[in-house]
Amino acid sequence: MIGKEILDKYQMTVGIECHVQLATNTKLFSGADNDERDKSPNTVVSPIDFGLPGMLPVLNRGAVDLAIKAGKALNSPIEHISRFDRKHYFYPDLPKGYQTTQMYQPIIGPGEIDIPMDDGESFKVRINHAHMEEDAGKLTHHGNYSLVDLNRAGTPLLEIVTEPDIHSSAQAKAFVIELYRLMTYAGVTRGDLYHGNMRFDVNTSAALKSSNELGIRSEVKNLNSFRSVERAIEFEFYRQVELLEKGEIIVQETRGWDESKQRTTSQRNKEDSQDYRYMPDADIPPIVLSNEEIELIQSSVPQLPPFYRESWKILNLDSTVINALIASQSTAQLIQRILEKSGTATAARRVAIWLLMAVEGQTDDSGIVQNTGIHATDDHLIELSNMVEKNELSSTAAKEIFYEMNRRPAVAPRDIAIEKNLIQVSDETEIFNIVDSVLDDPAFKKAVMDLENGNEKVIGFLVGQVMKKSQGKANPALVQKLIKERLKI
Amino acid sequence: MTISEVLTKIKDTSARAVVENSLKLAKENEEYHALLSLTAERALKRADGVDSGKISGKLAGVPFVVKDNFLAFGAPTTAASKILENFNAPLQATAVEKLEAEGAICIGKANLDAFAHGGSTENSAFGPTSNAFDKTRVAGGSSGGSAVVTALGVVPFALGSDTGGSIRQPASFNGVVGVKTSYGAVSRYGVVAMASSTDVIGCFATNVSDAEFITEIITGRDKNDMTTLPDFFEVQANSKTNQKIGLVKDFMTNDVDPEVREKVNEYVEKLKSAGHSVEEVSLPMAEYALAIYYIIVPAELCSNLARYDGIRYGRRAEGVTTLAELYGKTRDQGFVTENKRRIMIGSYVLSSGFFDAYYLQAQKARTLLIDEFNKLFETYDILIGPTAPTPAFKLGENTAEPIKMYLNDIMTVPTSLAGLPAISVPAGKNQAGLPIGVQLMGPMKSDAKIFALAKSMENK
Repeated sequence: MIGKEILDKYQMTVGIECHVQLATNTKLFSGADNDERDKSPNTVVSPIDFGLPGMLPVLNRGAVDLAIKAGKALNSPIEHISRFDRKHYFYPDLPKGYQTTQMYQPIIGPGEIDIPMDDGESFKVRINHAHMEEDAGKLTHHGNYSLVDLNRAGTPLLEIVTEPDIHSSAQAKAFVIELYRLMTYAGVTRGDLYHGNMRFDVNTSAALKSSNELGIRSEVKNLNSFRSVERAIEFEFYRQVELLEKGEIIVQETRGWDESKQRTTSQRNKEDSQDYRYMPDADIPPIVLSNEEIELIQSSVPQLPPFYRESWKILNLDSTVINALIASQSTAQLIQRILEKSGTATAARRVAIWLLMAVEGQTDDSGIVQNTGIHATDDHLIELSNMVEKNELSSTAAKEIFYEMNRRPAVAPRDIAIEKNLIQVSDETEIFNIVDSVLDDPAFKKAVMDLENGNEKVIGFLVGQVMKKSQGKANPALVQKLIKERLKI
Repeated sequence: MTISEVLTKIKDTSARAVVENSLKLAKENEEYHALLSLTAERALKRADGVDSGKISGKLAGVPFVVKDNFLAFGAPTTAASKILENFNAPLQATAVEKLEAEGAICIGKANLDAFAHGGSTENSAFGPTSNAFDKTRVAGGSSGGSAVVTALGVVPFALGSDTGGSIRQPASFNGVVGVKTSYGAVSRYGVVAMASSTDVIGCFATNVSDAEFITEIITGRDKNDMTTLPDFFEVQANSKTNQKIGLVKDFMTNDVDPEVREKVNEYVEKLKSAGHSVEEVSLPMAEYALAIYYIIVPAELCSNLARYDGIRYGRRAEGVTTLAELYGKTRDQGFVTENKRRIMIGSYVLSSGFFDAYYLQAQKARTLLIDEFNKLFETYDILIGPTAPTPAFKLGENTAEPIKMYLNDIMTVPTSLAGLPAISVPAGKNQAGLPIGVQLMGPMKSDAKIFALAKSMENK
C-alpha cells in the first residue's frame, strides 16, 4: 500500500483526447444515416463506408459546420484552410485500410478553456488542436470467429486534444464534464455517452514534485463515462507511483479500462506501435473558410456555460448550485429568460432554487440531466415569484404550486393557489381581528400574560394559534408583528 | 468505323444487328485477348430497348467497351486482378452512366494491366493483350484492351483511364486517337482508383471528332467526385489560326526512335503549312518527371489498394488461421508482381522517417514541373511531341526490366503530374507497319482547344 504522504510527493500530469461524435444526419463522407442507435448490424452503410472499389468521399458540409461551432465552444480558432489525410492500418473494422483524418492541417487550432470546479475556483486547460475524422466500425467476437458491423464506420468525429494541463482526477472529471456541456450546449453532439457519443483517452504520468521533467505516460483508451475517466486516472497514478517507488521504470504503453474490475490492463506498448504512413488525401479538396463564413455559423451557437456563470453572478448562488443548474441547458436558458424578462435578480434567484429541486431529482450518476420535467411557462413562473414577493404565498405553498404548474402548464399559479386555498392573508385588518380574537380568548390568557412578562418563547405558540385560526393563510411574520404591536412589547 | 457511320447503320438495320455484329467481331478477335468479358445479355436487351424506342439519345445503340477497372453492370469488374476476379459491381461508374443515358451500349470489358499498373497490358492477371497491328507485340497499357478493340473496329469507341499515359501510349501503339482529359474534367466515381491525384478518365476513338464527341458527353461536374471541375468543356467548331506551338525538345533526343521523331517532324511540317508557328521549347523538369511519378503514384496507389483485404468482398485466401495471415495470403494471391512492387515502393516512401525525403520532396519537385508548364503556356498555345519513345515493343521484351518499362512513360507522365489535357493522334506508321502517335498537350481545361487543332490537322 502506498500511503498518502508518498502519493503527495508526486505530481500527476494528465492530458486528454476526446472523440466527439458529431450530430449530423448523415455520415462524414456518405449519405448513410448517421444515427446507428438500435439499428441492425450493417444496415446504415453506403458503398462509400463499405470501401467498395471506385468509391470517393463526399465531404458532409454539416459536419464542417458543427466543427466550426465546436471551435467557438472550445474558445479556439478555426483555421482558414484545413485538409484531410489518410492514416493507414489494417483492421477488419476499417473498410478502406485507412482512416480519413486531419493529421497535418486540422480545422481547429490552439486555444484555452476555463474549467470551473465546484469550490468556485477554476483552472485553465489549453487545447492543442481539434481535428475531424471518421469513426471505424465495430467487431464482435464469438469464440473462433468475429463479426464486423460497419454501421458506425464513417460517423463524423471531432477529436479534441488537450495539453497536459490537468493535475488531479477531480480536475480531470471537471474538465470532461465541462467539455460535455460545451459540446452539447453548442449542439455539436447528441451527447449520448452510453452509445459512445463522447469517448475519452487519458494520458497520465507521475513524476516527483521535485523533478522538472514529466514522467513516462500511459494512455488509457476508450473511456465513455466521467466516472471511468476519474477512476482510470486515479488507478494509473497509483500504479505508476507504486512502480516508481519500487525503482521500476514506467513503459510508454496503451492500456484499457476494465469497468468490472475497475482497473487498467496493458494492451500494447510503444515497440508495437504502428507506422501509419500518413499522407494527404487527394480525393478531398481542402476546406477553405472565410472569416464571414465562420462568424455566420458561429453566430447560431446558443449561449454557453461560461456566459451563464458570468450573468448569474448577481443571483448570489453557490457555485455548486450554479453547476447543478447548468447541467441542464434548458434550465439554464429558462433562468436566463426569467432574469431578462422580469428584470430582477430576486425573481431569477427564486426560480433558480425551484428549478434546482427539479433538476437534482433528474440528474444521473454522471451528472447528466435527462429530463427536467419543467413545463411551466416563463410568465407563470414570474407570476409565481411575484406572488411570493408580495407575501401572497408562503415559500412552502409556492413550491407546491410550482410542482402543480409543471403538471398543468396552462393553468396560472394564482388559479392554482385559489383552487388549493393557499393565498396568504396579508390584509392587516383581517388578521388583526383574528389576533384580537386569539389574544382575548380566555384559553390563552396564561400565554398572553407570560409574554407580557417577558417570556419571548411564547410568541411562537400564539402565532401558531393565529395561523391555525386563519387556516394557514395568514402571513406568520405579519402575525408576529401585530401581536407585538397589540401587546406593546 | 466512325460513330456517325454506326448510327447510320443502326437506322438502316437495327441496334440489335449492330450490337450482334460487335459481339461477333469481339469473338472473332478473341486471340488478341483484348476483352476480359462480354456483357452480351445486357447489351442485347438494351439494343432491343433502342429498337423499341424505350432507349434514346445521341448514342442510341452505339456499342462501346470499357476498361475493366470501370464499375459496370453485366459482367464482373476485375481490374484484371485475381482479388476482384468475381466482383460484381452494385453500381456503375459516372462515365458509363452518362454514356448509357445517351443510349450507348456497353458490350464488354477490356483487358488492362492489373489495377492499371503497367504500360503494356502484360501485367494482367489473365494474360496479355496483343497489338492490333502485330500479334507478337504489346498492346501498350495500361488501357491496352480498350485501344485494341477500337483499332480492330469491334466498337467505334472505348473508355480507359490514364494515370501516367495509360490511354495515350496504347492509342499511339494501335493507331487510334487517345484522350487524357484535364484532371477533374471527368468524374472518377466508380473507377477503381490507382493514383487519386493523377487518375483521369478518357476515351479511344478512330478519329478526333468522335473522341471529342464522347469527351463532351462524359465530362462535367459530378456531386460524387469532389475533385471534378465545374463544367467547362465546349466544343470548338474551328481551330484558332496562327497558333504558337512548342515542340518539346526534351522528348526529341537521340534516345527516341528515329522513325518516331521523323513522324513527329512530319506532323510539325503539316502544322507549319497550316499557318501555325512551331518553335523548339525546353522542359528541363521533364528529366525528373519519372522520378517524381514513381514516388507519388506508388504512394497513392498503395493507399488506394489497402481496401482489398479479403474481409468484405473479393477473393479471400483459404486455410488461414490468423488475421495477419488472412491479409498476407489474400493480398499475396490477389495481386500480381507489379502490384506488389508498387505497394512496397509506396509503403516505403510513406513510412515515417522517409516521408519528407521522398514524398514531400517529390511534391515540391512536382510543383516546379507545373510551374515550368505554366511558364511555357504563357507563350505557347499547345505543346507537341511524341506520345512514346518507340512504337509497340515485343511481348516479353521489357517484362524483366521494370525500369525500362517505366521509361516508356517518360513523355506522358509530365502532363499527368501537372493535371494537363493531352491527346495522342495517329501520325502514320513506321516501315514495319507499326503505328506511331504524336501527342498534343495544352494548359489546364484547354481540352476543347486541343481537339479543335487536332481536328483541323486530321487527314492533312
